[in-house]
Amino acid sequence: MEVNPADIKKEIEKYQKKEGILIPLLQDIQDRYGYVPEQSIEIISEELSIFPVDIYGILTFYAQFYTTPRGEHTIKVCQGTACHVMGGKEILDYTEDKLGISERETTKDGKFSLERVACLGCCGMAPVLVVDDDFYGNLSLQEIDELIKKY
Amino acid sequence: MENKVFICMGTSGISAGAEEVEKNFETELKRHKIIDNCLIVRTGDRGLFRDVLVDIETPKLGRITYEFVKPEDVANIVESHFVNGEPIKKFLAGDDYKQFFKSQMRIVLSNCGEIDPEDIDDYLANGGYEALKIAIAMTPREVVEEVTKSQLRGRGGAGFPTGKKWEFCYDVKSDEKYVICNADEGDPGAFMDRSILEGDPQAVIEGMIIAGYAIGANNGIVYCRAEYPLAISRLEIAIEQANERGYLGNNILKSKFSFNITIKKGAGAFVCGEETALIASIEGKRGSPKQRPPFPAKEGLWGKPTIINNVETLANIRHIMVKGADWYSSIGTDDSKGTKVFALAGKVKNTGLVEIPMGTTIRELIYGSGGGMVKKRIPFKAVQIGGPSGGCLPESQLDTPIEYESLNKTGAIMGSGGFVVMDEKTCMVDMARFFQSFTVEESCGKCIPCRVGLKRMLEVLEKITEGNGKAEHIDFLQTISSSIKDTALCALGNTAPNPTLTTLKYFMDEYKSHIEDKKCVANACVDLIEFVVIEENCTKCGRCFKVCPSGAIDWKKKEYAKINNDKCIKCKACIDACDFKAIK
Repeated sequence: MEVNPADIKKEIEKYQKKEGILIPLLQDIQDRYGYVPEQSIEIISEELSIFPVDIYGILTFYAQFYTTPRGEHTIKVCQGTACHVMGGKEILDYTEDKLGISERETTKDGKFSLERVACLGCCGMAPVLVVDDDFYGNLSLQEIDELIKKY
Repeated sequence: MENKVFICMGTSGISAGAEEVEKNFETELKRHKIIDNCLIVRTGDRGLFRDVLVDIETPKLGRITYEFVKPEDVANIVESHFVNGEPIKKFLAGDDYKQFFKSQMRIVLSNCGEIDPEDIDDYLANGGYEALKIAIAMTPREVVEEVTKSQLRGRGGAGFPTGKKWEFCYDVKSDEKYVICNADEGDPGAFMDRSILEGDPQAVIEGMIIAGYAIGANNGIVYCRAEYPLAISRLEIAIEQANERGYLGNNILKSKFSFNITIKKGAGAFVCGEETALIASIEGKRGSPKQRPPFPAKEGLWGKPTIINNVETLANIRHIMVKGADWYSSIGTDDSKGTKVFALAGKVKNTGLVEIPMGTTIRELIYGSGGGMVKKRIPFKAVQIGGPSGGCLPESQLDTPIEYESLNKTGAIMGSGGFVVMDEKTCMVDMARFFQSFTVEESCGKCIPCRVGLKRMLEVLEKITEGNGKAEHIDFLQTISSSIKDTALCALGNTAPNPTLTTLKYFMDEYKSHIEDKKCVANACVDLIEFVVIEENCTKCGRCFKVCPSGAIDWKKKEYAKINNDKCIKCKACIDACDFKAIK
């Protein structure tokens, strides 16, 4: 994706202080592009006088950041305790199988990205899967087929 | 207005279609021209998962609860309830609903599901900000003393006395101090903080303001998981409204005290629930914990004195201020005062959030509010308390009272309140493997015991669940667990071996059968399952056939099911569906 340096600089300028803004800044950039493009890292590094390695350190430490483009829809499969007990692992395996990708990958047609999350915090509806912002609870494997068709 | 409709619209309500239900109520109330005399209150979740819960209050019928309301049912409900004055029996909340709430003591959750979290007036009408008025009329020292006297302990995990924490910070002289609300609820199996933030965000804000006043801080930060978008947006609204009304900002309630709150979104790291890691994350660094002391109360955010309290802890504060420390400490047991919210989940009939007084036994919780096991035919095996830092307890420990010290003695911990019930279909070795894989994934990698030790534990547990376990593995797990407990840098590492240690303590026979007989009695470890139908047990019901997603099961009416191993993808859907242990 083509990154306009002026856009990145604008994002940086939104913050009055330069202290402690790296994580929210990267979140903003990810909101804008869907991932954190390499080019933006160079710009941040220069503007904030931070080594690129430290920015990569943050990007790889926190599970939420991506350095490659995302699919049109993101499917998150919950792997919390309650979901595990109610068959969350099977839901993940089956979804991987259906989409032909592993977690943290994107389908070839760019439609779906798949992720596992540690807990979505709605254990009462286990097993749970989220497509973008829509929650689907008490899932069965067959419902996954329907879900994938729906998007 | 004399008529009211309360609709539970937290994350779970919304996922079940609450938004559409609300829209339909609006349309129907308009159609019957009742809308001008009816208030629709969009509340947070009440705790029990009953798809869409709706309460209708009218002068004639009082307040009546409907459960499992679907958007298409709304027209009927409105017509029958409002126009004909008769509630529809089919949707009335049943015995399970009543049992769920019967033995609870709702203090922290008292507003959840009752008020509109996006409307400060609703909070004020329910006693909101009374506590702040009381606190500001006292000296900060007196506020700290009151909290100390209440014997409230941190609800985030370790149970450190909250008053002590405040006192340490109060005693340090500094030009700047911080109050951080830890809303990085990463413990898989716990969701009370999310529900409190979604259902009653002002209570948390009020707790933070009082904390700020007590220790002399002017800035507060809520560190919230980015996975909780609804909680974050309701917090933002709540902060804005509190600012407008002068409960936040400069010269609060005409005093000299000023306090502001900002929100920081977490970026997905379990370890950031640990105080020093959380501080590092707010400072924009990798969330690696630091050696303590110095404790954050002395040197915290940006090197300034900082207190970090969990959401539920802060939500308790206003009740302590209004009703007094003596009232609060009269609830509970000797070492644990007040109530605790648990996230009841897994194989119990009623799942959801339950608030009980400390000292309630585990059994009372499962068979009281929980309503017992979901399927009568499949008995209870264990309950996991405290998440990845906690442990799995068997039937023999069910009469343990829920209080900090008693739970510690069993090998589990209070933790943040995850409470997952498991039946005989859950394998305890697999459970240990599950938690170990979680902690391996979430280890920050700073200290060797956690980074390397947990990985070694996981490898061994994987071998056992795959049928390659050896007798010496048990000794190995025990030895390495105790060294990790003794030497890891932070609480994540120190407590990570607990799930393995408790399963070894209470479910040794399962480890042995995996290692010696290569059998998983729970039929959960895929590599140890043959995927064949045991005809003696098969009732020919065809349920396995219906759930199989790959068409690998042959079945006709009145015939035994048969599994075609070429098509089988080993997903275990059939095993989960079968109530008769007919697949091995």
